[in-house]
Amino acid sequence: MSTTESEMAGNGPMIDVKNAAKRYGTVEVLRGINLQVRKGEIVAVIGPSGSGKSTFLRAINNLDPLSSGEVWLEDVQVNKPLTSYQYERHINRVRQDIGMVFQHFNLFPHLSVRQNITLAPRMLKRLSKQEADGLAEQQLRRVGLIDRIDFMPSQLSGGQKQRVAIARALAMQPKVMLFDEATSALDPELVEEVNFVMRQLAESHMTMIIVTHEMGFAQDVCDRVLFMDGGMVVEEGSPDVIFRNPSQERTRSFLRKHLKGRN
Amino acid sequence: MGLDFGVVPGYLGALSVGAGWTVVITVLAGAFSIVAGVLFAVGGLYGHPLIRYPVKAFVWLFRGTPLLLQLFLIYFGLVEIGIDLNAFVAGVIGLGLHFAAYNADIIQAGIVAVDRGQTEAGRTLGLSRYQTVSRIVVPQAVRDVVPALGNNMIALLKDSALVSVIGVAELTLSAQLAISKTFRPFEFYFAAAVFYYVINLCLEAALSRIERRMEAAR
Amino acid sequence: MDVELLLRVYPFFLEAALVTVQLSVLSIALGLVCGALGASARLSQLRILRFVGAAYVSVIRGTPALIQLFILYFGGPQIGIQLDAFTAGVIGLGVNIGAYMTETIRGAIIAVDRGQTEAARTLGMSRGQAMRNVILPQALRLMIRPLGVNINAQIKGTALVAAISVVELTYTAQRYIASTYKPFEMFLLAGMIYLVIISATGAAIAWLDRRVAIR
Repeated sequence: MSTTESEMAGNGPMIDVKNAAKRYGTVEVLRGINLQVRKGEIVAVIGPSGSGKSTFLRAINNLDPLSSGEVWLEDVQVNKPLTSYQYERHINRVRQDIGMVFQHFNLFPHLSVRQNITLAPRMLKRLSKQEADGLAEQQLRRVGLIDRIDFMPSQLSGGQKQRVAIARALAMQPKVMLFDEATSALDPELVEEVNFVMRQLAESHMTMIIVTHEMGFAQDVCDRVLFMDGGMVVEEGSPDVIFRNPSQERTRSFLRKHLKGRN
Repeated sequence: MGLDFGVVPGYLGALSVGAGWTVVITVLAGAFSIVAGVLFAVGGLYGHPLIRYPVKAFVWLFRGTPLLLQLFLIYFGLVEIGIDLNAFVAGVIGLGLHFAAYNADIIQAGIVAVDRGQTEAGRTLGLSRYQTVSRIVVPQAVRDVVPALGNNMIALLKDSALVSVIGVAELTLSAQLAISKTFRPFEFYFAAAVFYYVINLCLEAALSRIERRMEAAR
Repeated sequence: MDVELLLRVYPFFLEAALVTVQLSVLSIALGLVCGALGASARLSQLRILRFVGAAYVSVIRGTPALIQLFILYFGGPQIGIQLDAFTAGVIGLGVNIGAYMTETIRGAIIAVDRGQTEAARTLGMSRGQAMRNVILPQALRLMIRPLGVNINAQIKGTALVAAISVVELTYTAQRYIASTYKPFEMFLLAGMIYLVIISATGAAIAWLDRRVAIR
């Protein structure tokens, strides 16, 4: 069903990154990256730390602006060249369609779980309190935390915080979800509950780009895997190809280090 | 009446002398405040109750009341008990005691922060309690609190203007003398402010050098 | 200790203490306004505002409050600003403490984790919306204690206006020292009143800090 829907929605990709490059002074962090993500597709980005994968992800919603290149969300250019005043309005609108989940959750500590989720929908989408509360409840059920709705973030475990952060992003009803090492800061025993929520999200055909260190998760859940190193995409393909039969030596050596002791 | 800064250059010499005295007062009161601050800190932490409680009371009283009030107390109070100090000495003692109370608080916190394991180590080696405190704990504590003490010295420089009120001839008073002759308060207080600003910059630069050097010596 | 004298003069000290309290409240209120404006300027997107904010902090913190007060009160008439001593005291003290509060407020805003801004911006909030809804509520809680330190200093700082003859607590103590030759008694009397004001303020701030702490 999702295939027909996405075909009907148009021919273009959901996310289209063209020749993305970024420099800090003389250091090239991203060297010309291209990526197209279809609607409903789930893409994992893996690679050693410092490979530029987080910077790349953060460029998609312009948290880290590119030096050159283009990012498109359907038919809207995310990093449209505008005056700074016009761009500010543009990007605030665009970001409502791009959900993001951070390594360190970034829940608002002064707001309850409910308020964390309802703040942006009420403020930016002008939802009434009832509508926003309904939305919060719906999203919290989805991540299995409806009983924590009136807790404060400090009363939650790390895994619960991250699930609330996912619910908060989903409450904006984004077209795409970006995950920036969503489980890296968690104690090992809390990783699975977050993975479970992400798996469910994948099954509901959310378009997702996932920066991760967890090869097993990438292999199981994702449609496509990008291996980045030195600010470039070294190799790209289906999980089967990348994890079982990579063509590049750099991919193989990275995977050797990261799969060691796993199986 | 308008402004006429043309009157200032004729008094630059007098102002510079005043600025010199401000520096002297700051250095003397600053040194006094650190030495006394260490003594108060140690006395307040380790002293016999007959020392400890009066020291604590003094620190509490001098941290909780205005410097100007303390200057009046010392200037007039010492005369009252038969010690006729001149204004300069009273000013240095007043500033020194006021900042000693603040320094004592900072140094105490520093001592408490290094204490535990260091005291045990010192005592295990066979040092006496006094030797441990004076040779091991206090030197480390003072080094840790150098930045905070530095901030107090900067505050002291600016607060030294207050001793003009009890008649100490420093920068502020020399500006007032010039004003009494020229009736140009704006110009001369402004000039004094510039002097203070420059001295302050020098003091900040000196303190950051000291901090860097102590940091490097670790 | 001349108790009889103390009993005779203490009503005048209490009256003067009321002026000290008024000076404190008004100058602290003005200081908070200056501090909020100063911090906004220092954190502004506009370079010129950042420069103005930095210059304000540097000049005020780099020179004695007493000199600032004298420039305003004695020098003011030369540039057409004629103020009575009390008003000059409030403005001079308020602008002075405002520079220190600028740094306190700015520090608290900066201390809020960067991830908070990022999370808010990612949801689509503008810079201003993120500041108002996410950063400031957290920064306000962080700044209460350090502002308490500024306020404590300012209460003692009001004594400066004795130098421009505002009849507040320190000025009154000075007058009675000169007329009675009882410096210790007068110091203790005025000192205790200062300590009461400061302790009460400190308790109020600690209470506020506990009230708004993030659970």
